[in-house]
Amino acid sequence: MNGLDQIFVGTGHWIAGLFPVYVQPLISAALEIAIMMAVFGGCFALTSVVERKLLGRMQNRYGPNRVGPFGLLQPLADGIKMLTKEDIVPFSADKTVHFLAPLALSVPIWLAFAVLPFGRNMSAIDLDAGILFFFAIGSASELAVFMAGWSSQNKYSLVGAMRAIAQMISYEVPLVLSTVPVLMLAGSLSLNEIVAAQGTYTLGGLARWNVFTPWGLAGLLLFLIAATAESNRSPFDLPEGESEIIAGFLTEYSGFKYALFFLSEYLGLFAITGLAVTLFLGGWHAPFRWLEWVPSWLWFAGKFCALIFLFVWIRATLPRLRLDQLLNFSWRFLVPLSLINILVAVAWYWSGSWKSPVALPVRWVLCAALVALPYHWLAQSLRGTLPPPRKYTYAE
Amino acid sequence: MLNEIAFLLCASLTLAGAVAAMMLRNLVHCALCAAGAFAGLAAIYLQLSAEFAGFAQFLVYVGAVAILIVFTILLTRGADIQTGRAGSSSSWIGLLVAGLVLACLVGSIMSSPGLVRLPAQTANAPVQKIGEQLMNQYIMPLETMGLLLTAALLGGVVIAMREPAKANPSAR
Repeated sequence: MNGLDQIFVGTGHWIAGLFPVYVQPLISAALEIAIMMAVFGGCFALTSVVERKLLGRMQNRYGPNRVGPFGLLQPLADGIKMLTKEDIVPFSADKTVHFLAPLALSVPIWLAFAVLPFGRNMSAIDLDAGILFFFAIGSASELAVFMAGWSSQNKYSLVGAMRAIAQMISYEVPLVLSTVPVLMLAGSLSLNEIVAAQGTYTLGGLARWNVFTPWGLAGLLLFLIAATAESNRSPFDLPEGESEIIAGFLTEYSGFKYALFFLSEYLGLFAITGLAVTLFLGGWHAPFRWLEWVPSWLWFAGKFCALIFLFVWIRATLPRLRLDQLLNFSWRFLVPLSLINILVAVAWYWSGSWKSPVALPVRWVLCAALVALPYHWLAQSLRGTLPPPRKYTYAE
Repeated sequence: MLNEIAFLLCASLTLAGAVAAMMLRNLVHCALCAAGAFAGLAAIYLQLSAEFAGFAQFLVYVGAVAILIVFTILLTRGADIQTGRAGSSSSWIGLLVAGLVLACLVGSIMSSPGLVRLPAQTANAPVQKIGEQLMNQYIMPLETMGLLLTAALLGGVVIAMREPAKANPSAR
């Protein structure tokens, strides 16, 4: 393609070419790691201020606007504050585990970015089982959260960690199940091949993104709900419910260790958003054939920012769930629906060979009904089984 | 050379984790060290270029089994109960059993014809090929495993299911 599309790849090759041949792989690997850490570290800084600005606007106030133009230097001020704060470790805490927990949480999350394709020829490593790597790395965070909560020797921390782990395990099931249709129809676990499978165009020059099919749309919604819960964001932020358990497993952390937890939370959100873009929104592909001249990495960045904005919007809109609502919602609604979605994808695949002018509308209606009817029934059954309103003995 | 260094690192992580899991006093520390040993084993799989096995090992053992162990410790004995000495009076029986198992394993490995006949080769198992094998040749074992796990899941639900309480019908 054009030069602008490959500008990062070309520059990387040029820099690596300045070094002797036997260190070139090392240099290009180091370059990739450095760029990824700079880009997503910067992304974290920017998101932390943009999110507060957006939340402020949605709540009819200004948000941070004191430090620098439009408050844009706020992350710098926050960073300096975090670095200079005293690092307090409780007397009864398990010192080693308390120290290791933030590291054990943040290191795997950085690794997860290695398999995401950010643009044409722009993924750090092309693993045959890329998505499996992503989920395997992500599963390490549960143990890190437990380490943080248990080592603090504080009941709020422990309760917060238990809530976080229960939530992560419950929502990992629908998260993984909602990706299964994509893997089945792409016939591969490699993220690059999943992107390539969405790279062709159909009638009217519209791209074949997975989200433009009934199962893809349902899958994306399921995936986004589960992703919100996996990254402990509102309305699923029970592990840090201030009004109930102070700050959950973060209660006994201060200074830069707290900042590391904060960083990992946002990086986890970025990684899973990147995965959603890759699996359902066509990765770095353009939505229409006539828009292909726009550089591929710009498409990825645009979709990425749109999804991040969606997450901020959800956070500003919805109140926090209760624990029983949270677990019921996952096991009684999301898990069955994502299993049904796999069957819908199979129906879509089998009906793909129909030769008829009305085949596409019929397929659409059939598959959409296959998702929508179970959705309705499951929602009804969920409403019926919810416990009656609680009686507060002392609060009335 | 790089390969040897990587193998030594992974092997020492696995061994150190396993030894620490046996020797430490605090049960939660033992569980965390066991998780470290699992991760080291996954790294060895990856170093042998068995990608799928390595990731599956990490996903299942570090992501699920370690959490299960930790929960079991917290829910049953309480993490603050410290056992006295790491060894017990019947440790010689354990040593005997461990020695016998080791002797069996070493004996069968040393007498295996594969040890001398097969030259060292890099594994070449793309995930697609593993999937095809599972769906064709090994479909019966796969289905049996699925059935067994479903039965275990149902058993777990039955055990965890709350009895229909008479006094407190509003319990969730």
